[in-house]
Amino acid sequence: MRDPRFAVVVFPGSNCDRDCLHVLRDVLGYAAQFVWHETEDLSGFDAVLLPGGFSYGDYLRPGAVAATSPVVRAVRRFASLGGLVLGVCNGFQVLTEAGLLPGALLRNRTPTFRCEWVHLRVERTDTPFTGLYAPGEVVRMPIAHGDGRYHAPREVLEELERQRQVVFRYVDAQGRTTLDANPNGSVHHIAGVVNAAGNVLGLMPHPERCSEEVLGGQDGRRLFESMHRWLRERAAVAAGRSG
Amino acid sequence: MTAATRRPDWEAVGLRREEYERVCGLLGREPNPTELRMFGVMWSEHCAYKHSRPYLRRLPTAGPGVLRGPGENAGVVEVAPGLAAALKVESHNHPSAVDPFHGAATGVGGILRDVLSMGARPVALLDSLRFGPPDDPQSRRLRDGVVAGISHYGNSVGVPVVGGEVLYEDCYRANPLVNVACVGLLPSSRVFTSAAAGPGNPVVYAGARTGRDGIGGASFASEELDEGSAEADRGAVQIGDPFAGKLLIEATLEALDTGAVVALQDMGAAGLTCAAAEMSARGGVGMVLHLDRVPRRERGMTPTEVLLSESQERMLLVVQRGREEEVLKAYRRWGLRAEVVGEVVAEPVLRVYDAGQLVVELPPSALTQAPTYRVPEQEPEARRALRDADLSGLPQPDLTEALLRVLRSPSVVGKRPIYTQYDHMVQLRTVVGPGADAAVLRLVEAPPRGIAVSVDGNGRIAYLDPWAGGAGAVCEATLNVACVGARPVAVTDGLNLGNPERPEVAWELAGVVDGIADACRVLGVPVVGGNVSLYNESERGAVYPTPVVVCLGVLEDVGCAVPTGFQKAGDLVVVVGSGQVSLGGSEYLRVAHGRVAGCPVRADLELHRRLVDVLVRAAQQGLLRSAHDLSEGGLAVALAEACVAGGVGARCQLSPELFGRRTDVALFGEGPSRVVVSVAPERYEAFAELCARSRVPIRLAGRVGGTDLRVQLAEAEVVVPVEDLRSAWEAYR
Repeated sequence: MRDPRFAVVVFPGSNCDRDCLHVLRDVLGYAAQFVWHETEDLSGFDAVLLPGGFSYGDYLRPGAVAATSPVVRAVRRFASLGGLVLGVCNGFQVLTEAGLLPGALLRNRTPTFRCEWVHLRVERTDTPFTGLYAPGEVVRMPIAHGDGRYHAPREVLEELERQRQVVFRYVDAQGRTTLDANPNGSVHHIAGVVNAAGNVLGLMPHPERCSEEVLGGQDGRRLFESMHRWLRERAAVAAGRSG
Repeated sequence: MTAATRRPDWEAVGLRREEYERVCGLLGREPNPTELRMFGVMWSEHCAYKHSRPYLRRLPTAGPGVLRGPGENAGVVEVAPGLAAALKVESHNHPSAVDPFHGAATGVGGILRDVLSMGARPVALLDSLRFGPPDDPQSRRLRDGVVAGISHYGNSVGVPVVGGEVLYEDCYRANPLVNVACVGLLPSSRVFTSAAAGPGNPVVYAGARTGRDGIGGASFASEELDEGSAEADRGAVQIGDPFAGKLLIEATLEALDTGAVVALQDMGAAGLTCAAAEMSARGGVGMVLHLDRVPRRERGMTPTEVLLSESQERMLLVVQRGREEEVLKAYRRWGLRAEVVGEVVAEPVLRVYDAGQLVVELPPSALTQAPTYRVPEQEPEARRALRDADLSGLPQPDLTEALLRVLRSPSVVGKRPIYTQYDHMVQLRTVVGPGADAAVLRLVEAPPRGIAVSVDGNGRIAYLDPWAGGAGAVCEATLNVACVGARPVAVTDGLNLGNPERPEVAWELAGVVDGIADACRVLGVPVVGGNVSLYNESERGAVYPTPVVVCLGVLEDVGCAVPTGFQKAGDLVVVVGSGQVSLGGSEYLRVAHGRVAGCPVRADLELHRRLVDVLVRAAQQGLLRSAHDLSEGGLAVALAEACVAGGVGARCQLSPELFGRRTDVALFGEGPSRVVVSVAPERYEAFAELCARSRVPIRLAGRVGGTDLRVQLAEAEVVVPVEDLRSAWEAYR
């Protein structure tokens, strides 16, 4: 069985691209490589990561210019064919701007940039991204953003909640959704959402920043491991079917 | 206007009459107007170090690991076999006074490109900031603007801000200090130079296009600020574009990977003029430049404007002939402009054409050969009187109240609301981030090794005794690095003073440099580069002479990094190092008594060297549970901070025999070379023995535990719940 292959997109202005590649390739030993923002070809990949940063300078709105880039056109096709897409921070902003995920990310309530550790509650473990977490588990991850306040119209929110598309919520250490535990004012304390099909996840916290104990925690590592396991299982099922 | 009243041309560009005559002598003729403007900026204090160079020669610059010392764009020192760190600090004081956001942001951009010019990838930023008191709305506006500017540029460009310091004093109200330091990493075998070489090699301009911004910025930085500065000088402040800065880093590193680049330099102060002159002069060659090939943002720019523009995010490179396409391609792939704008020539001449017309022709070394000046040094009488002030009769306030007041003082209080605005984790190296004694970064290239960095300086001490301030800054920076367990390997210094033409400032400059030089010599730590910012004056007078020292240390194993806070109840609290303290220049004296006076303690440098060594060895042997240096606020504040950081109390009994009879001096007195550590009881004997062998004094002070900090000294007792310490320490405003 072929090992799942991960692509890490490099936009001009991405600055967590090298970090994501480091975790996937050097820490976890997965097959991973960069893809340039001008490519329209994602064939051969099983998962695509849109990393954090300030793609194209984020001049119009965060993620707005990237959403029209060749590689995001390719990501759209890739997602429609069932490939796994993970957008972290700026990558999440790109996915909402591209319409691959509902809602939008607005200026933080504070309204300054915030870089700190936060607690998250894992709301769903039946996604390709969260299979290795326990239901309702409280995990710690760093955030680093100025525009992370998740927002969506009421009917979209209701739909999101009904479809259980909220995957991560900001909580305190005890798992409660308190005002203080919400670092940016996100509606419904939303830190990460998945699309209705379940194969596109966006989140503001940085799992790649907490995949090694020496950096203060390892709770993010299981997100990548979940993706890897899910892809392997899918490949095994496919192999079994064709065999 | 008659000839008698017209301002002479040389004066208009900031030169003195004798300097103009020297220019004529070097050229053998009068310079044309464009050339005169070039001399004006290149011979400004900011570019030429006219008043500081004679002093800077005193600094020890050689050391076993030093690959590049001062004179290049950044110092370079080996930190692991085959791996080197580039290190540089630079000030952006004047621009930040006028436009705090853009002034600070471009300061970050400039320092990144200095480090990049050595061929290094920038991996960490630190900032050392000084403002007027935060209860003054204008000072708060400046501070918040500067922090936002650093945050804007650093975050976007993806280089973490891992540490820094923010101190407040009246003297910085109209003239804030913004010093930004950068550390980069590069292979030891691939240290780049700015020295141009190889006649016939093309000269490549790369990066953002050239506009009219920042013209004369270097000259502006060499004048005092006055009331009109905010309006009149805004055009001299450059506007940074972190996106272009980020692309420039990636594209330049890719260009360097081609192996086709001979030399490179950032176009910073004095823009193209400075880069072309310095690169040529360092290489002993000349350059021919064609200004019409320089990518421009605006129409109708004159040759002078193109030559002097300080538009940001631009580099000048010398490339091997025939391989220019490889380099141009790297920049264009990242969407940046890159053009061949000239070539290296053997004859040492800088020849500049605009549309085929020769506009400048002069020897590059003339631009880099500004005169130096020595001003007679004179300690002001009033300063001596201030230092000799008798502090023995001061009334003693309520000590618990005093402790909380000092903790709440803006300079001491926790800076979390500032550093959470900076991305301090990007690049996945930050093992210990802002808020600790020193930041610790892992070296993924050489695990488990790491580097530690700290930036420190105390202007109040330097004001009372420049030598004590200079040496003290080196001591504090090296001690902070040693507290986390790293061995100091190099420092870089940023000096911020007033108008050097005044004998009093000359005296301060001499003392501060001597202090740094003496300390570095005894500690065996080389100064690999530095920055001098003078004319930091306003109508309110000069700033305190403010040396800031950035120390880089090497940690054998990042897993052994020692935390700041107390860790475990039952551990012994030990005060290590010098017993010499004074209220002179202390935070307590300022806060509780409203005075800046007294005689600060001068460092015992030999003892300091032994202390640093003991801390590094104790960390390696796993003898320390925590370590925290004593600085502003003395022992009481260090104990409080160790309690707050560890979330646990401590009970200390300070014997008057060891700590002195005057309680406020024992609690709040300041002096270099002092650390409070906690040690597991079973390790105490080994630690005490290590210290005894190295002749480093230790004083047992108490034990970690409980929910209060209790300090007993003679009849006095201070008892404060850790929660109260925390809320005082978190009272950021």
